[in-house]
Amino acid sequence: MKNLLEIFKKGVFKENPVLILMLGLCSVLAVSTSVVNAAGMTLAFSFVLIGSEVTISLMRNFIPKTLRVPIFIVVIGSFTTIMSLLLQAFLPDLNKALGIFIPLVVVNCIIIGRIEAFASKKSLSESIFDALGMGFGYGIVIISIGAIRELLGSGTILGYPVFGSNYKAALFFILPPGAFLVIGIEIAILNKVLSVSKRKREI
Amino acid sequence: MGEIQHLMNIFINAAFAQNFVFIRFLALCSFVGMTTSMSNAVGMGGAVTFVTVMASVISYAVFQFILIPLHLGYLQTIAFILTIAVFVQLVEIYLKKVVPSLYRAMGIYLPLIATNCMILAIALLNVTEGFNLLEATVFSFGASIGYVLALVVLAGIRERLNYAKIPSIFKGYPLIFFIAAFIAVAFMGLQGIAR
Repeated sequence: MKNLLEIFKKGVFKENPVLILMLGLCSVLAVSTSVVNAAGMTLAFSFVLIGSEVTISLMRNFIPKTLRVPIFIVVIGSFTTIMSLLLQAFLPDLNKALGIFIPLVVVNCIIIGRIEAFASKKSLSESIFDALGMGFGYGIVIISIGAIRELLGSGTILGYPVFGSNYKAALFFILPPGAFLVIGIEIAILNKVLSVSKRKREI
Repeated sequence: MGEIQHLMNIFINAAFAQNFVFIRFLALCSFVGMTTSMSNAVGMGGAVTFVTVMASVISYAVFQFILIPLHLGYLQTIAFILTIAVFVQLVEIYLKKVVPSLYRAMGIYLPLIATNCMILAIALLNVTEGFNLLEATVFSFGASIGYVLALVVLAGIRERLNYAKIPSIFKGYPLIFFIAAFIAVAFMGLQGIAR
């Protein structure tokens, strides 16, 4: 159990897929214009990640080595299609807001990277915790960026005004340049935190 | 509006006003990873341009002549990603056997291209925008030019910053994103040039 928690924690901090491994950046920057969009993207992404990691982990002894990448792609593509059809049916507004980034989950490097490096070698329970940890790590980053951009760019959180009606929204943060700036600052803060904790350990 | 003007409009929109890297946030993995030097950026840009234009034409054909007659439009994501992966694999095999010199120059980029989200995005956008074959080709070419431009600009700036004194916490990725933010501001200024 301790081992499983360790796997989960690794996805959130030490091997955070976005801030440390620099994967899956496209969707993180593009849909983080508001908290709702960011949370929706996290759900869609985690659904595909968990589904494909579980499937590949169960099939790992039957997949021939030479054919593994096409098989991975078909599995991820199937889950992406299922997720996209579910969104179209039950959450059409969210589907519209996320747009092209819903089908693009299939080429999200985090998913194929975790399958290649983890799920195709490890047991079912370990793969589930890895998928949960990675999904959670992705979610924290995208939702925090979404919160900062929504707060500064439109003065609201989840649609509720925070600064009152006199606040002049800094449109910059909703537009594409704001996304680059916010993620740059987040990585810099994480670098600072990691270097401080490393120095403490050395002392 | 004449036909040529219409195509020019699509091209400029894809390359500048709706630049795939800075405005649409696509292909960021290679944007961050492949801009360490100018030669990397140019090599990756060339390889991506070739694959993007060809893959966009092929996936257009797959959609029009296989998926539509069979009423399988909802399978477009899987069909396109497999088409692109197979095409990249074929190019790799062909270059290895027939043009080894080009393979040595382009070979290391090819496996990365199959998961470049820009190529799949263009194939999907061609369908949602309802482009015909000519428009789709122009659109994908314009998008690739915009991508090459983004890569070359960032690589040039990064090469000049190699020896600059930068606070340690901003070294590496944070700095890249700050630069990207300022270039994106410049690209926002081009929004009005295409209708």
